[in-house]
Amino acid sequence: MKKDITRRGLGLGASALVLAAPAVRAQTAAPTAVKIGYAVSKTGPNAGGTAVSITPNYQLWVRNVNATGGLRLGDRRAPIEVVEYDDRSSSEDAVRAIERLVNQDKVDLILAPWGTALNLAIGPVMNRAGYPQIAVNAVTDRAPDLGRRWPNSFWFLGTSAEYAAGLVELLSKQREAGLIGNNIAMVSVADGFGIDLVNAARPALQRAGFRASYDRTYPVGTQDMAPILAEAARSNPDAFIAFSYPPDTLAITEQARVSGFNPKMFYVGVGTAFPLFKERFGANAEGVMGIGGWQADSPRVQEYMRQHKELVGREPDRWGSSVCYASLEMLQQAIERVGRIDRPAIIRELQTGTFDTILGPMKLEGNVRREQWVVGQWQNGEFMAVAPAAKAGARPPVLPKPAWRST
Amino acid sequence: MSNTALAIVLAGLAAMAALPFLDTGFWLALAISIAQYAVLATAWAMFSGPTRYVSLATAAFFGIGAYTVAVLGEVLPWPVVLLVAGVIGAVLSLLVGFATLRLSGVYFVVFTFGLAELIRQLVTWFEVNVTRSMGRYVFVEITQAQIYWQLLALFGALLALGTWLARSRLGFALHVIGEDETVARHVGIDTARAKVALFALSSVFMALVGAVMAPRWTYLDPAIAFNPSISFTVLIMALLGGTRSLLGPLLGVVPLALLFEVLTARFPNHFSILVGIVFLLVVYAVPQGVSGLLARLRRGAPA
Repeated sequence: MKKDITRRGLGLGASALVLAAPAVRAQTAAPTAVKIGYAVSKTGPNAGGTAVSITPNYQLWVRNVNATGGLRLGDRRAPIEVVEYDDRSSSEDAVRAIERLVNQDKVDLILAPWGTALNLAIGPVMNRAGYPQIAVNAVTDRAPDLGRRWPNSFWFLGTSAEYAAGLVELLSKQREAGLIGNNIAMVSVADGFGIDLVNAARPALQRAGFRASYDRTYPVGTQDMAPILAEAARSNPDAFIAFSYPPDTLAITEQARVSGFNPKMFYVGVGTAFPLFKERFGANAEGVMGIGGWQADSPRVQEYMRQHKELVGREPDRWGSSVCYASLEMLQQAIERVGRIDRPAIIRELQTGTFDTILGPMKLEGNVRREQWVVGQWQNGEFMAVAPAAKAGARPPVLPKPAWRST
Repeated sequence: MSNTALAIVLAGLAAMAALPFLDTGFWLALAISIAQYAVLATAWAMFSGPTRYVSLATAAFFGIGAYTVAVLGEVLPWPVVLLVAGVIGAVLSLLVGFATLRLSGVYFVVFTFGLAELIRQLVTWFEVNVTRSMGRYVFVEITQAQIYWQLLALFGALLALGTWLARSRLGFALHVIGEDETVARHVGIDTARAKVALFALSSVFMALVGAVMAPRWTYLDPAIAFNPSISFTVLIMALLGGTRSLLGPLLGVVPLALLFEVLTARFPNHFSILVGIVFLLVVYAVPQGVSGLLARLRRGAPA
């Protein structure tokens, strides 16, 4: 009888594999399946980030796990069954969806939504229900506090202070090498992440002896970057820094290209790591720095890239996506080490274990992932990690940035 | 509503306060949602029903209340935070009321819709240029059950206020204004003051709901607090229920809140379009609201 059920489970796994692409809600009562639920933003302002960094990785992971027959629980394998909802980018809907997943669908595990706000919104519910929360796409300066407050929550993208510190360290190194001087021009978007980054960068720059001769904030949704860039160019900076969101990142880079503003170092914010950036600027992406980065020459990263392209039809972004996938590998290994769906034990394993992921061995400290890539640079068509320089696998940055080519 | 009816309803609310002892998960979350919209829609109808001014400012006052908690929640004791939220809501509604309640019809609708966006932008400007941080953490030790009880208490208070209002001079004045504002002015009613007073009362309740709900989300930024969809949801719930009686809006809140829940759970990918269709149906098929429909049925007229 037991054997029979297992075989049915395997059959299910195979059929789930066939159906995996549109991640359907498999309605089945197979007792051997592991039910995994998530409520992510399919609509609303967070839909873009979710579609880039979250959903493809959840789907890819479920597909890969089910292709091997499922999660290994003791001596059998249990395929993953997915229950998914749309939180419509609303905190209240996200909270309700988690309550529904826990109490109505009675899922075994829950995957987190995209963004800081939604992860904080579901934090108390996840904590009360005792589910591990892998907040993979959230950057918050309170990450270490949150890890203590909710021991079931894990924070993967670090704090904005780390990103600012890594950037300033890189600048200092280039100055020591005599490649740039002290003069910085800096713009930032007037919204959560932009403000946090610039607030962390200002004192760090000052401590390092840099002079921000231009420091300007612009509102979310600014379309015309020409005046800002003209003023920045007039200050004749050695390095230009933009703590920008994806649309602005594209607009600023485009305007710099059009106006021929080509400082020795050119850094733009969120979105530089998107494949879209490379498609849009082609050879002109070369030398542009931005937030994120990865070790593109690692065979496992290349294998991940190939699978992602095959499933989703496009390349992953070079910042959050691979971290998201790696966090799922960690979750899988934690479950399989525990050998059953025992949430407190899985949480303990995530807190203390070391895991083997596409990004190399990974271990959390105080529920926070340390040592991440904070600055990347487009080099020969790949967004290579360049900072922190001390981390194994960092590429040396290439300065000065080559001139814009006319297209 | 008679005193007996009010007493029965309040007793019913008191009985519903037992819910958190039965379930603290999904059903409590659903009950919180219903209670939240019950207060908002009833408060909305209390002003918009008699005066026939369609207000889209619900999100503005709700957001003000929520933001007050985000700013003061960790500094002041909880009752004081609620008090401050109510006072800010009242002051703002008086300012807005005196400035705009002379507008009528579509001008008022447009203004109130803009109000939430205006306040959102002001808060954003302040956070960017003065406090230099966007997004606030709300770590207040308030349980879900306490949120629910506070919402029930607010609803009870609102019903008591509404009952009292219906018998007061102010209530009568508003009724006359709703029938014909020119006549009201001619019989010596200070129409502006009556409207502003009611607008303020209704707004205070909206601000309090925002304050009570804020701890549920842990994190607030202006886009979360001043979400315009709240204004529209409340409007459609009140219209479905009917605005001519005190308990009318509730008849719209309960079915729509349940329907939204079913749609979210069953049709996560088609939610928005289905809700749009529901809105159209409500406006075309039940223009007098469910309570109007019931009243007509009771009178024996063909529905």
